Amino acid sequence: MVTKTDPLSRDYKYGFHDQDVSVFRTEKGLSRKVVTAISQHKGEPEWMLEFRLKALGHFPKRPMPAWGADLSDINFDDIYYYVKPVDEQLNSWDDVPLSIKNTFDRLGIPEAERKFLAGVSAQYDSEVVYHSIHADLEKRGVIFSDCDTGLRLHSDIFRKYFGTIIPPNDNKFASLNSAVWSGGSFVYVPKGVHVEIPLQAYFRINSDNMGQFERTLIIAEEGSYVHYIEGCTAPTYSSNALHAAVVEIIAHKGAHVRYTTIQNWSDNVYNLVTKRAVAYEDATVEWIDGNLGSKVTMKYPAIYLMGERAHGEVLSAAFANSGQHQDAGSKCIHVAPHTTSNVVSRSISKGSGRTSYRGHIKVLPAAYDVKVNVRCDALLLDEESQSDTYPYMDIDNPDVTIGHEASVSKVGEDQLFYLRSRGISEQDATALIVNGFFEPFAKELPMEYAVELNRLLALSMEGAVG
Amino acid sequence: MPDPAMLLDVAGLHATIDSKEILKGVDMRIPHGEIHALMGPNGSGKSTLAYALTGHPKYQITAGSATLKGTDLLPLTADLRAQLGVFLSFQHPTAIPGVTMVNFLRAAMRSQGKELSAREFLTRLTYEMAELKMDESFRSRYINDGFSGGEKKRAEILQMALLQPQLAILDEPDSGLDVDALRIVADGVRRAVEGSAGKMGVLLITHYNRILEYLRPDTVHIFSAGRVVASGGPSLAKEIEAMGYEGLLGEVAPVSASA
Ligand SMILES: Nc1ncnc2c1ncn2[C@@H]1O[C@H](COP(=O)(O)OP(=O)(O)OP(=O)(O)O)[C@@H](O)[C@H]1O
Ligand SMILES: [Mg+2]
Repeated sequence: MVTKTDPLSRDYKYGFHDQDVSVFRTEKGLSRKVVTAISQHKGEPEWMLEFRLKALGHFPKRPMPAWGADLSDINFDDIYYYVKPVDEQLNSWDDVPLSIKNTFDRLGIPEAERKFLAGVSAQYDSEVVYHSIHADLEKRGVIFSDCDTGLRLHSDIFRKYFGTIIPPNDNKFASLNSAVWSGGSFVYVPKGVHVEIPLQAYFRINSDNMGQFERTLIIAEEGSYVHYIEGCTAPTYSSNALHAAVVEIIAHKGAHVRYTTIQNWSDNVYNLVTKRAVAYEDATVEWIDGNLGSKVTMKYPAIYLMGERAHGEVLSAAFANSGQHQDAGSKCIHVAPHTTSNVVSRSISKGSGRTSYRGHIKVLPAAYDVKVNVRCDALLLDEESQSDTYPYMDIDNPDVTIGHEASVSKVGEDQLFYLRSRGISEQDATALIVNGFFEPFAKELPMEYAVELNRLLALSMEGAVG
Repeated sequence: MPDPAMLLDVAGLHATIDSKEILKGVDMRIPHGEIHALMGPNGSGKSTLAYALTGHPKYQITAGSATLKGTDLLPLTADLRAQLGVFLSFQHPTAIPGVTMVNFLRAAMRSQGKELSAREFLTRLTYEMAELKMDESFRSRYINDGFSGGEKKRAEILQMALLQPQLAILDEPDSGLDVDALRIVADGVRRAVEGSAGKMGVLLITHYNRILEYLRPDTVHIFSAGRVVASGGPSLAKEIEAMGYEGLLGEVAPVSASA
């Protein structure tokens, strides 16, 4: 096929840059001084400062992951680890500074707020500046706040779970996040409470060369249900930005947690995220994970199936444009009997883009009657596009049913011709096929996210074929 | 010289696939408003002609001409030919998982400058689907995905009805249809011709006389080894049915044998 590379960055939709309204930022680079300044600035309790400093100690000792994407361009000394955009947390839209509002307007936040009264919590740089939650949910004991507020106002629950699923020495980027984390969401759903409307947060990196190290902690008590949604976008800059988030989910007995994210970082962002959930008896955890944009993404949402009949789902979609590497996958660890997991991955590579699927299924000796299903499909749009699959299976119990299917295909000439014979241009026909390929993923999204995904894909497809 | 008064004018058309010549000098003229049947043995190149006229990139045209109302089709890509009003009902329609019929149909109409408001479109679609006795659930099905043979054929006719082409090339729209479905499809074609105020032309590729009894072609062409070898009135189709191609044409060689 003929390729005319036209990277997304050129017309990156959210590649605008507002006037920097930061009111506090630490100096560049990582040190005890910087970490202490962050903690003091936030007025944190002593235990959190200790937690941060311990994590800082782990950071240099943990190796850079050598097995995934190329991370050699990251310069840890050239990054602002904490930037605070406004003085205080705002509760009303009217209080939000105009330049931030402009940004939110373009991202559609006010509309989201009108539509989803259940709660909108948006992160601007490191701090949540705007946040609202429906009174009704509050009455039922649901907590939905930024993580800093969670620590401040709900310290008992917070401390009980924080850092227990992903310890600070888990991997290099978890150490980094643990040392300098800021913002992110804190969700607590009491026993038996069903949160019918998705809780939404919108993240965004704005200051040049600042990292974003948000931390999300979701706790679903027995028999509860919650769907948390997060969308991300970042403006385009000349130098590389780092995003290293940590997400921890605890689904207690019979709870059901769905975590949906669509990330659309600009193409200079390193997106290195550690996501892990534990599912106890009869609990279900679903990761719905879409990755567009970024320079490099490394992300492998994990589910530890700790209790009998726990169920895990990982449904992911990745789009790698020229110059981008999406290294994504999943991990399902079957600890208890009668546990089931289902992994569906769809990836598309365009131009010189590269997608990798890295999946790890582990079945421990005590886990019998386990069912595992893995299906990953890759679509290549150009001759130079690349896709690879690294499935790892560690099965220590014979009583396991495993289904594994993988495919790599090119956009079919006959499919293209069929659409073009109806008058549809090659570019639009390719976009239709691409959208169709992501359909199993898109149909799991709330309507406006599915629409947004389609638009982002259409944008990325522009100039795809000549 | 191509005749601009003629809807379709094909002269001396040669086409190859993977450097194998399949079309070996096709001549065919279809005036506005006429239905022409094209019959011929398996492998004689009928579908190849359909693809060559609609611009499938796998086929290279090595000689000859093809014009629609005097406009040279050959330099145009498939989408541009469709925008000029050429439509192909596929012998074997391709499935496109994940793309719903309704999205596809809207995209197709938009691309041809025939976009309707969402409301008008739904009204049109509902009407045409009812005429073709298609269940409304097909709207949200993926293109041809899991459709039965007969359902695919109806879906092709549905597209023709919505797109209102100048020239409809129908490649075996009747194969695999039960008697009722055959009548529904034939009615669909006739409706489209009548709705076009006598302007739409049809090239109907078929193996069976039955659909011709419904549609009463103006001309029947017999195709053999990559060429039109005989043309005549509807009686020609009956003769084929009675005598077979061998009986009618003598020894009939498929292209593959003569290449
Ligand atoms: N890629 C290819 N390489 C070589 N020969 C091909 C290729 N594609 C098609 N052909 C041959 O071209 C010839 C014409 O095929 P075509 O499909 O046009 O026949 P047809 O007249 O439509 O037959 P039918 O009545 O069975 O539909 C056949 O012999 C077929 O095998
Ligand atoms: Mg054929």
